[in-house]
Amino acid sequence: MVWEWVPRNVDRIVELLGEHLLLSLVPVLIALVFAVPLGWLANRSAPARAVLIPASGLLYTIPSLALFVMLPGVLGTQIKSPVNVIVALTIYTVALLVRTIADALAAVPSMVVAAATAMGFKPARRFVSVELPLAVPVLVAGLRVATVANISLVSVGALIGLGGLGGLFTDGYQRNIPSEILTGIVLTVLLALLADAVLLAAGRFATPWDRARRSGA
Amino acid sequence: MNILAEVMTWLTSGANWTGSSGVPIRVLEHLYYSGLALLLGLVIAVPIGVAVGHTGRGSFLVVGAANGLRALPELGLLILLVLAMGIGLLPVVLALSVLAIPPLLAGTYAGVRNVDRSVVDAARGMGMRESQVLVRVELPNALPLVLGGVRSAALQVIATAAVAAYVSYGGLGRYLIDGLRQQDYAQMASGALLIALLALAVEAVLALLQRAVVSPGLRDGGRRSPTVDVARPAPDSSPTPRTPAPELAGVER
Repeated sequence: MVWEWVPRNVDRIVELLGEHLLLSLVPVLIALVFAVPLGWLANRSAPARAVLIPASGLLYTIPSLALFVMLPGVLGTQIKSPVNVIVALTIYTVALLVRTIADALAAVPSMVVAAATAMGFKPARRFVSVELPLAVPVLVAGLRVATVANISLVSVGALIGLGGLGGLFTDGYQRNIPSEILTGIVLTVLLALLADAVLLAAGRFATPWDRARRSGA
Repeated sequence: MNILAEVMTWLTSGANWTGSSGVPIRVLEHLYYSGLALLLGLVIAVPIGVAVGHTGRGSFLVVGAANGLRALPELGLLILLVLAMGIGLLPVVLALSVLAIPPLLAGTYAGVRNVDRSVVDAARGMGMRESQVLVRVELPNALPLVLGGVRSAALQVIATAAVAAYVSYGGLGRYLIDGLRQQDYAQMASGALLIALLALAVEAVLALLQRAVVSPGLRDGGRRSPTVDVARPAPDSSPTPRTPAPELAGVER
């Protein structure tokens, strides 16, 4: 195996790593903005739930590569525009999170909600400062699944010429450089593990009451 | 020109439906690779999942392996295997089966592990041997989750089997790769549409199959939903909350 490839191409690797991060994490942030109100809606109203939950299941069924290719036709973007990948991954992440958030909110004990109401919390503030924080552990679990999936899905985009570290796979195949492909695999997995660990830590940080219970138990 | 119209023209043109590169052949190739990969995944994952679920030993290994494999980039794995083994069906099937293993492993393990302990105890109390407990009690009870895993795995494999075309194989991915090379967007979009439709069709068939084979006693009214998705959404709504196997929570993540 030709290992000199790696030191000679550090700049390129860093550039692709940045592209990979952008393509996989921006969708998670956008999706969070959409999924929280949708999840709230799905939890609040039965008709909304009856539409949102099956719809997100259906969206999740569409293969990512197919979505990458079909979106330019729908959005009018160029086939190699990063917008396609970002929109596609945002759709998956929203689909996954809506259900997660709806379930998490439904699992908030009704007595806690009642207590907050009795203490004079208005519905909006009650949602933000009582229900949402209690939903954080489940929300973080959903975010971890979505983020790891996104990081691994982005590289498939390399087939249509846009896939962050996936570019190392197609390039390594055409030029027959196994070390290039191996570098791509290792970096993708490391990125996924790192993102997962960061989210886990952030979730722990955001739920100090859980931490206290864990150490007490 | 309108893209939708172009796609319609492509899909309704007779020339695209006949011969060795016609849609029916490509669909069969796609299903063939996917089926082999799923089969290989089942052969590897189910015995391990059952053994670990039944004995409760090594569960952290299952959880770790299922999550670790999920982070592997499929395209990179396939290309590496092709460079190592040469172009052939084996690297394609191997790479795709790696996708099938995590949901199958998680489904089987969680299914067997989540069987109500009192049911298992009752079976032992009735004098069943360990193998009978496994085959006649644990496996039928685990079936909903196992099949949930099979559905997830099948979906993942079919969605990704398009990568086979990149290493000179057939399947519906050919339309994506060839379309890109020939700058023929209608062909690419039609291929993408066909892959999505195939995935939806297989999902529907498996959902019906699941309904047909799962014991009526486990359907609605039971303590868990038979259609619970093991590897996909709702990470924390594990099938039976507060089961005697708290380590399960990790499976879904």
